Amino acid sequence: DDNLLSKPLSHPDFFNVKELFSLKDLFDARVHLGHKKGCRHRFMEPYIFGCRLDQDIIDLDQTMQHLQLALNFTAHIAYRKGIILFISRKRQFCHLVERTARECGEYAHTRYWQGRPPPQRPHHFGPGVRLPDLIIFLSSLNNVFEPHVAIRDAAKMNIPTVGVVDTNCNPCLITYPIPGNDDSPTAMELYCKLFRMTIIRAKDKRRQSEIFNELQ
Amino acid sequence: LRLISTTTAVRRKNVGASGPEKYTEAFIKKQIEEFNLGKRHLANMMGEDPETFTQEDIDRAIAYLFPSGLFDKQARPMMKHPTEIFPEQRKIQWGEDGRPFHFLFYTGKQSYYSLMHETYEKLLNAQKYQDQLAAQDLPLQKEKKNLAGSRWLTKIELEEMLLEKLSDVEYSRFIQLLQKLLTLPCGDIEEKYIQKFSKEVPAQLKKVVIEPLKYDERGVAFSTGEGTRKTARATAVVYDNGTGKITVNGIDILHYFPVLQDREQLLFPFQFLDRIGKHDMVCTVSGGGRSAQAGAIRLASAKALRSFVTEQEVEFMRQAGLLTVDPRVKERKKPGQEGARRKFTWKKR
Repeated sequence: DDNLLSKPLSHPDFFNVKELFSLKDLFDARVHLGHKKGCRHRFMEPYIFGCRLDQDIIDLDQTMQHLQLALNFTAHIAYRKGIILFISRKRQFCHLVERTARECGEYAHTRYWQGRPPPQRPHHFGPGVRLPDLIIFLSSLNNVFEPHVAIRDAAKMNIPTVGVVDTNCNPCLITYPIPGNDDSPTAMELYCKLFRMTIIRAKDKRRQSEIFNELQ
Repeated sequence: LRLISTTTAVRRKNVGASGPEKYTEAFIKKQIEEFNLGKRHLANMMGEDPETFTQEDIDRAIAYLFPSGLFDKQARPMMKHPTEIFPEQRKIQWGEDGRPFHFLFYTGKQSYYSLMHETYEKLLNAQKYQDQLAAQDLPLQKEKKNLAGSRWLTKIELEEMLLEKLSDVEYSRFIQLLQKLLTLPCGDIEEKYIQKFSKEVPAQLKKVVIEPLKYDERGVAFSTGEGTRKTARATAVVYDNGTGKITVNGIDILHYFPVLQDREQLLFPFQFLDRIGKHDMVCTVSGGGRSAQAGAIRLASAKALRSFVTEQEVEFMRQAGLLTVDPRVKERKKPGQEGARRKFTWKKR
């Protein structure tokens, strides 16, 4: 049992997430395209490669590193049977995100975030409900172009976050930011595909390891 | 000032204000067992077979054993299956390891949002099918669904279906989605899905059936009609090939209705159809006063005359008001007033 949980932590890339994506894939999915120069957030400047015709271009080398760390982290969380919550307030991709979450066997919240975070709403949640162990933001702004309330709430409740941050987002409170485009359909489909593959891979590995341990 | 002693009644908590209690599954099971036992006891008491004791028998037995003159049917004693009495409640939504069952659990309104998700998926499927048909240049099917006989579920019915509270905005959003789905040409695939959220509205207008003429032993055509006015009930039999003789309760109308106004009321249907001297009439009337009986016979004779007359003339009679039941009845007297409307005399001092 101890072996089951400690063995993955010894390798830097136990689930081999590097092979899931390449720089060319990110470029083809237009992940490097940011917003215009006027929308740039001050804290995103280290992640920006340059500016062409007033449009910011995100540095894909840094994106690759951040994406690898984030995918590795999600894989570990999924391996240890954690609850993953996908959040995106983009109406265009709401259906896609919910479908991804359902196929992974994880949870999604792509609707209006009402008032207090879920655990503080007494009528639904009695004793015994678990909070999410990881929150993945596929777009960290809400429909009024402000940082999503869940970022602040997750930071308050010690829940690690992974988030795709665009050039107009604030990457401060997110534990594993992924600088990249969150507006194109191709980019969102790529992210959904990557997260789905990592989570399924991690869960399969967990099941195999358990069966292996039982056989011994 | 002396201390007024308080009673236990004052200190008792208002249990109703704390809200409805949560019914556990064990509690409901116990209630169902008690109900079944009670049903058998009741059957024994009434001397009937416990095995074949239906809910209607239970209702009749309770109405017999506990007669109640209360106006509100819900306030009378009743014995129904616990599932009808205790409202459905949601069971616990997460498993032993703490993971919730539904993937939209953290939104708060999982059933409503999953419903929106499914409906949107059907919409996307319909659009994809439409694109396929367009690519193959096939004609899009445009069978107009008959929307006149159906209505969407109301907000309360939807809340009962989902076991969740909804707001008006959310309900309207859902109905808009369903309507958008209907407007797409590929409605056949999703028809079954949409039928879950629509209800049939039975046609309220009943076509009034005009009875055909009957013939008595002498070969004369006749027809019957019934009429009411205030408390008077009348039946009239109108015979063809007559001389215009009218008999009421075996008495001629000149003797039964001495006042001209009542006789005019009786003659009005015949005068309207220009058939004054052509029909005989035999009527029976009871209840009411002089004017009410006249009105009742007028309505009865007009209804009887429908069988002798073309449809267009029936429509004319209806527009003239000969076939409408007069709904005016005596208004009740209210307390604090002398009559229905008259108030007591106001005295300044």
